[in-house]
Amino acid sequence: MPLGLIMAKIFVDNIEYEVPDGKNLLEVCLSLGFNLTYFCWHPAMHSVGACRQCGVVNFKDENDKRGRLVMACMQAATNGIRISIEDPRAHAFRAGNIEALMLNHPHDCPVCDEGGECHLQDMTLMSGHNYRRNTFKKRTHYNQYLGPFINHEMNRCIQCYRCVRFYNDYAGGKDFAVFAAHDDVYFGRQEEGALENEFSGNLVEVCPTGVFTDKVLRKHYTRKWDLTSAPSVCHQCSLGCNILASERYGGIRRILTRYNGDVNGYFICDRGRFGYEYANSDKRIKQALKKSGNTLQHLSKDSALQEIKDFIFSGKNIIGIGSPRASLESNFMLKELVGENNFYGGIPKQESALISQAISILHQGKVKTPSLKEVESYDAVLILGEDITNTAPMLALAVRQAAKNKPREKAYALKIPHWDDAAVREIVQGEIGPVYLLTTHHTKLDEISTKSQYTTPDDIARAGFSIAQQINHSLPTVDTADDAMQAFVAAVARDLLNAKRPLVISGTSLFSSSVIQAAANIAYALKDSGKDAGLVYAVPEVNSTGMSMMASKDLDDAIARANEGGIDALIITENDLYYRIEKNKADDFLKNCGHVLVLENLQNETTAKADYVLPAGTFAESTGTVVNNEGRAQRFYQVYKPSNDICSSWEWLNEFRNSVSDTYAENFDAVVDEMVKRYPDLQKVKFAAPDANFRKGTQKIPRETARYSGRTAMLANINVSEPKPPVDKDSPLSFTMEGYQGIPPSADIPFFWSPGWNSVQSINRYQTEVGGSLHGGNPGVRLLEPSEENKSGYFDKIPERFTKKEGEWWIIPFYHIYGSDELSVKGPALAERIPSAYISMNEKDLNKNNLREGDKVTISFSGDKINVPVKEENTLPDGVAGLPKGFEGLTGVQFPFWGKITKV
Amino acid sequence: MERPLTEHIKNDGSVLSLKEYEAAGGYQALRKALKMTPQEVMQMVKDSNLRGRGGAGFPTGMKWSFVPMGDHAPHPKYIVANGDEMEPGTFKDRVLLEGNPHQLIEGMIISAYAIQADISYIFLRWAYHEAAKRVKNAIQEAYGAGYLGKKIAGSDYSVEMHLHTSVGRYMCGEETALLNALEGKRANPRSKPPFPQVSGLFGKPTIVNNVETFSNIAHIIDKGVEWYKALSKSPDGGGTKLYGVSGHVKKPAIWELPLGVSLRELIEEHAGGMMDGYKFRAALPGGASTDFLTEEHLDVAMDFTNTMKAGSRMGTGTVIVLDDKTCPVGMVFNLEKFFAQESCGWCTPCREGLPWTAKILDAIEHGRGMMNQLDILSFETVYMAPGNTFCALAPGAMEPLQSALKYFREDFERHIKEHKCPWD
Repeated sequence: MPLGLIMAKIFVDNIEYEVPDGKNLLEVCLSLGFNLTYFCWHPAMHSVGACRQCGVVNFKDENDKRGRLVMACMQAATNGIRISIEDPRAHAFRAGNIEALMLNHPHDCPVCDEGGECHLQDMTLMSGHNYRRNTFKKRTHYNQYLGPFINHEMNRCIQCYRCVRFYNDYAGGKDFAVFAAHDDVYFGRQEEGALENEFSGNLVEVCPTGVFTDKVLRKHYTRKWDLTSAPSVCHQCSLGCNILASERYGGIRRILTRYNGDVNGYFICDRGRFGYEYANSDKRIKQALKKSGNTLQHLSKDSALQEIKDFIFSGKNIIGIGSPRASLESNFMLKELVGENNFYGGIPKQESALISQAISILHQGKVKTPSLKEVESYDAVLILGEDITNTAPMLALAVRQAAKNKPREKAYALKIPHWDDAAVREIVQGEIGPVYLLTTHHTKLDEISTKSQYTTPDDIARAGFSIAQQINHSLPTVDTADDAMQAFVAAVARDLLNAKRPLVISGTSLFSSSVIQAAANIAYALKDSGKDAGLVYAVPEVNSTGMSMMASKDLDDAIARANEGGIDALIITENDLYYRIEKNKADDFLKNCGHVLVLENLQNETTAKADYVLPAGTFAESTGTVVNNEGRAQRFYQVYKPSNDICSSWEWLNEFRNSVSDTYAENFDAVVDEMVKRYPDLQKVKFAAPDANFRKGTQKIPRETARYSGRTAMLANINVSEPKPPVDKDSPLSFTMEGYQGIPPSADIPFFWSPGWNSVQSINRYQTEVGGSLHGGNPGVRLLEPSEENKSGYFDKIPERFTKKEGEWWIIPFYHIYGSDELSVKGPALAERIPSAYISMNEKDLNKNNLREGDKVTISFSGDKINVPVKEENTLPDGVAGLPKGFEGLTGVQFPFWGKITKV
Repeated sequence: MERPLTEHIKNDGSVLSLKEYEAAGGYQALRKALKMTPQEVMQMVKDSNLRGRGGAGFPTGMKWSFVPMGDHAPHPKYIVANGDEMEPGTFKDRVLLEGNPHQLIEGMIISAYAIQADISYIFLRWAYHEAAKRVKNAIQEAYGAGYLGKKIAGSDYSVEMHLHTSVGRYMCGEETALLNALEGKRANPRSKPPFPQVSGLFGKPTIVNNVETFSNIAHIIDKGVEWYKALSKSPDGGGTKLYGVSGHVKKPAIWELPLGVSLRELIEEHAGGMMDGYKFRAALPGGASTDFLTEEHLDVAMDFTNTMKAGSRMGTGTVIVLDDKTCPVGMVFNLEKFFAQESCGWCTPCREGLPWTAKILDAIEHGRGMMNQLDILSFETVYMAPGNTFCALAPGAMEPLQSALKYFREDFERHIKEHKCPWD
């Protein structure tokens, strides 16, 4: 629905306003800055009219003195409409409604985790209700165990239905519901157990009060106003969702969604929200370490700098290994330090080639890659080979929204506005699509697929090339495996061509360049057919794209060079080689490299082998820029100054560069300046966020709220004098509560707060219009735009059909949102959700080998052996087995590979 | 006086079989209708001035006219009989369902034909076990006789019919909540628009009418518009109406009478007046969710307009009489307890306001009330006024309360002052 094109004149308390047509009165009033109370309406889930909190009086015309009470959220802001928010009847109704909600809401704010950022508290104050007339007992409920992430306190529930609408309708959850009726309505699971949906953590933000709260925060609870927070970017996959990371007492306390109207909107996934605990791990390296015999000894910062200078930088041939989980600046500084020819990206050649290819297609090809938020606007989707629920979870959430677009046209044809959510749903009746999935096995998005087809990676690519051919007949024909696949290919081609905006999604997870190329061909063919097509590639890690834009050589090149000998020293920045490559290979490489210096967050096998280890900051202690799968460069800021020697890798490397070559970047901006000079493709990174000199007036932007408490007291056991707040020379943010109290630039929002609005609902005040972009535009800059002349061209290398091998399996990676990511698995809450390792194959293959589900098997491949139990997955093709990626004991495995599987 | 709806219902309480129904002229109207165009059938119903008998009194023909017709209309279209009769004091549909189910079925088939529906449902209150048995059997008989199924009664028109026995929520009487329940969802009301005529059951055009409404249809088609209109005493609408009286009257029962008889006639003539030793005090004219009318309103004609003028509604036309030996506070408490229990829990005023109202009435009735609670009760009646809630349940629940506060305020105050129910 085209919105905002026509303007409507509305009257609020007799004052005329011009607002975009096609919206409801509530969103319009909030956008205009009015304090109008609401609960059930949510800017991403729209209106259902349940809570009745947004009552206003609606007048027929200027002569109508009586008017009638209407719910602002259910009323279109049509031209000429007259309403009053201030009418005494409206006031009395809204206060009365709060009174009704308070009948059963416990007065336990002081012990409630939501206290201080509770939408119900805010709305209660705003409504004017304050005196309690109820003399009866409150109803009580039993609470449920909902897993390690979410705490349940049903007594606080005000039955706004947001939770069930988010969990079931928006995120596709199936294990959560509303039970019972009248004032006994209950929101929870049929029986106790962990909430299964990957987005369950959003209940914390969606719930207007303290029913669903952050259980991980609860372990180290801090009130919102006592947190030191910074705008950050989630480091747990390649999508770069914007987050707010908060600290107290030197530890990260929680992650909240940082609204970005171009990326993640109002939500993040559970890996992103609860996967931060590694930053607080007792395995963190907090001081410089030096190998001494078989152990590592602590070293002061100064002696570390001196010793490392003497020991490492005295060598002539020094090479550096970067990392896809380190910032652009850290990779760049390493490259500067060791020199162009001695810098290697931190991933194996195969993966590196895939990412480079994806980048090249998005940059040299003719199809635009949409932002994560834009994905929601496509009306037909094809997913090629990627299990996005597990590799890029928020992309799956976006696809679930896109799947609703086409069926919703029926509602719009009946003149039902898009925001009338319940009505739209009634008309749509659960219809979805078209969404087509072509994957190796059953994935969760099958729930919403029009049709899913399962086959081997090579055959996925072949089917993809065939779809492209059916769209653009000038391409070479490709025969598909069978009639079913042929019919699938024809249906996909037809529905993509029928759509206005077809979207193709693929990624690197199958380690198949053919799949990536096939996806590009489909997108190109659609574009050539005049479609407004989109193409999305999911890549493995937070800065896979950024690092690849900088690295011309990869880990395998480094290994080859080390094999030749002559390497004096190796510097590894935020990279565990044992996670990337097989153990023997990593052992040999480290042996071949002379001295080894590792900059790292957590102790791992690589740091155990290093001569020197320096404490590198995670997202929590660093400032940097990362580039997501879309090619969007985004800035993340240091959350707090640790009391130890942890700092950004680029800062350590900057120090060494200073001592080695007498070049010193004064601060973060100086690093960025150097970098963009060297890499014109990264030119725009400079504009990802304001530089450190930015001031509002003369003020910096405080990371702490105005109500921050304990600045002196929290360290009084050490020193009763208030310490000088740390200085941040790298950003316009300060580490204090003093500074600019208004709305900061969109990239520099450390927390959402507005007078009267203490909860996350205050986001409304940071947007140009509710649900729209942040004031000043959404943060981040896009580095990859398609080329007009399509330098890429169609791909024509079509792989052969997959052929089985007798006695061996083609073992492909299976991904898990909890388990397949390197760092998040180190946090205890998330670790609880990691399934145990397994290998999957279909029933036929199991029977053929006399195996039953649960049997222990040994997988033998190129000299390695892994023992895991076997699991049945009947959608897997014959001769193909799935093994979880990144699980403990399975790191370093190079997928895909041929392996023998024998019963133990 | 003609009583088309009830004249063939047997006094022994047994059901009219298909044969008996046909012998009495049953299914002739259907044959007649099938020879007419759907538009002609719809026009007759419009002209008859039949108004919905479920309580709201919406003109039936007009309701049907919103259904998309023609070659491009979405299908399947549905027709649903609302037999979820759960309004306290109301038992009129039960008489029709148990006594003459074919009259309902024939009416539904004709109505289905008029909107060219493909599938029909009878949505029945869970507790109507006998009705369920009889309706089910009647549907089978109708299928057997070719009145239901493919190409019915030798025509080209096909329609299916199913009986759905609900699990028992008052809420299901609200047509959109009924549709949700029929779809297997929570019985919450839906937002309107879209209206069911355009997007109803499973998102398809749907007509929901009351059992009594459908039971009129065959007679309209059979005997014509003028005959039908003449049945009524009121300019408000055509036909007869099933009126009932309950309470401490001599002969509580259901009667089919011309639309528009007076309240006095109902109570004094048909119900035989008050039981000995009881005096009339007030009455809820149309079921539990209507305002009290008092002695001064006894001559009000029981039609849609005049009951409204008197400050109440005709509702279902089944009167509940309050006498001088029954505590009005206790009566209202009993009703509000029911409504609080039956709230679906969707919107705040109804979910929270009704239980609070019931608790306060409980306290007052049992001598624990406080004067300021009368203010709260008054506030609640405004808080739950029409438009303030998602559907009509809570506003309906407020009708007996607001009128009780108006007419029996002294009784409320006495409860509070005396710390007990004066009737105990």
